[in-house]
Amino acid sequence: MHEMSLAENVREIIEDAAAAQGFRRVRRIVLEIGELAAVETAALQFCLDVVLEGSVAAGARLECVAVPGEGWCAACARTVALHERYDPCPLCGAYGLTVCGGERMRVSALEVE
Amino acid sequence: MLGDGAAAPSSETAPAEAKRGPVATAAAARPAAGADTAATADADATPAAGHPHLHFGTGPARAHAPGMSQGELLRIERDLLGKNDALAARNRAQLAAHGILALNLVSSPGSGKTALLVRTLQKLAGRLPAAVIEGDQQTEFDAERIRATGVAALQINTGKGCHLDADMIARALPRLPLADGGLLFIENVGNLVCPAAFDLGEAHKVVILSVTEGEDKPLKYPDMFAAADLLLLNKIDLLPYLQFDVQRAIGYALRVNPRLRVIQTSATSGEGLDEWLAWLEDRLAATRLAAAQQGTTPA
Ligand SMILES: Nc1nc2c(ncn2[C@@H]2O[C@H](COP(=O)(O)OP(=O)(O)OP(=O)(O)O)[C@@H](O)[C@H]2O)c(=O)[nH]1
Ligand SMILES: [Mg+2]
Ligand SMILES: [Zn+2]
Repeated sequence: MHEMSLAENVREIIEDAAAAQGFRRVRRIVLEIGELAAVETAALQFCLDVVLEGSVAAGARLECVAVPGEGWCAACARTVALHERYDPCPLCGAYGLTVCGGERMRVSALEVE
Repeated sequence: MLGDGAAAPSSETAPAEAKRGPVATAAAARPAAGADTAATADADATPAAGHPHLHFGTGPARAHAPGMSQGELLRIERDLLGKNDALAARNRAQLAAHGILALNLVSSPGSGKTALLVRTLQKLAGRLPAAVIEGDQQTEFDAERIRATGVAALQINTGKGCHLDADMIARALPRLPLADGGLLFIENVGNLVCPAAFDLGEAHKVVILSVTEGEDKPLKYPDMFAAADLLLLNKIDLLPYLQFDVQRAIGYALRVNPRLRVIQTSATSGEGLDEWLAWLEDRLAATRLAAAQQGTTPA
């Protein structure tokens, strides 16, 4: 359940931003979650509900934007869609694509007042 | 020398986790379900070959329908693991400057991480300076097994935490007596999922899979196999008693990570340990050379 650690990181990022920008309340949190990132969005949301209680972002709406997974196929010499890390190239069937997108997760924006 | 370990407590407890209410309370605290609950559990009941199963985590997280809002939108663009990654980078630079090769050993519970370490340290017999950081939720058992070989070990108890993180390692390093040019083994919490996401500043992750766990683990837990540079396929002394297809297991692992190096080992019979030691010594020599060329350690 490393989602609890990730949720704590979200809270820290929000608190840093609140200290720097001086907002009092967060109404909406926009997260970008890579399709290949090691996180369960449902579990993360559950943890955020708990971790954000009593913070400036208590009760904020959570918006998760999925960033599609991408892999580089050496055989095709191009970037292709990758939904699971171990999937073959959808064009030529080769395995062993190099992941080149959809691995990260980040807080992309906050709607504040 | 990395740290002196003098007067240092031999174990450390990770900071208490953020207080966490009972599950029922947390669930009750959620907003009422409706169009506004973006990205709630998307459990698809997918009938696979006639058998229904619940599948979380496929498909894109549902994007939120933009509502009327009067708040100000602030661009933040900060990675959830950004702080951990920055601390890991600092650990990595510090270790590299001392010519220390740090390895992060990851596996499910009981694959033989500690048994392999004990055998490895016995075989090294003091030939190379070494130290061990042991991560477990509870107990000092594994650190004690290491200390019995005469090698310094620091136990980190993560409490409820399911993985080590870069901050824990940063706090452990100054307490660990380890000469420049030495080997640092970090045994992560037994868990084939969570430790994959947390860089500690190691040079390599080494994943251990034991043959009693089944061939399919690289496909079931791909993140860990993708993050590792070396796979130790352990407990191969047990192959005669099992239905375990070694080539199939290795094939699955390579499918997830084509660059993965594989060594078959047994901590019990000692098979494969010479090959593992040779791998270690090669990497350590390169690490020492790099530090000497940087002028951070004597050649
Ligand atoms: N037959 C056989 N048994 C092994 C081997 N390696 C480890 N074991 C046994 O497997 C059990 C678990 O080994 P550990 O070394 O404690 O495993 P671990 O990965 O450190 O476990 P955790 O730290 O709890 O995650 C012990 O009973 C070991 O003796 C091996 O190569 N062959
Ligand atoms: Mg152990
Ligand atoms: Zn292709």
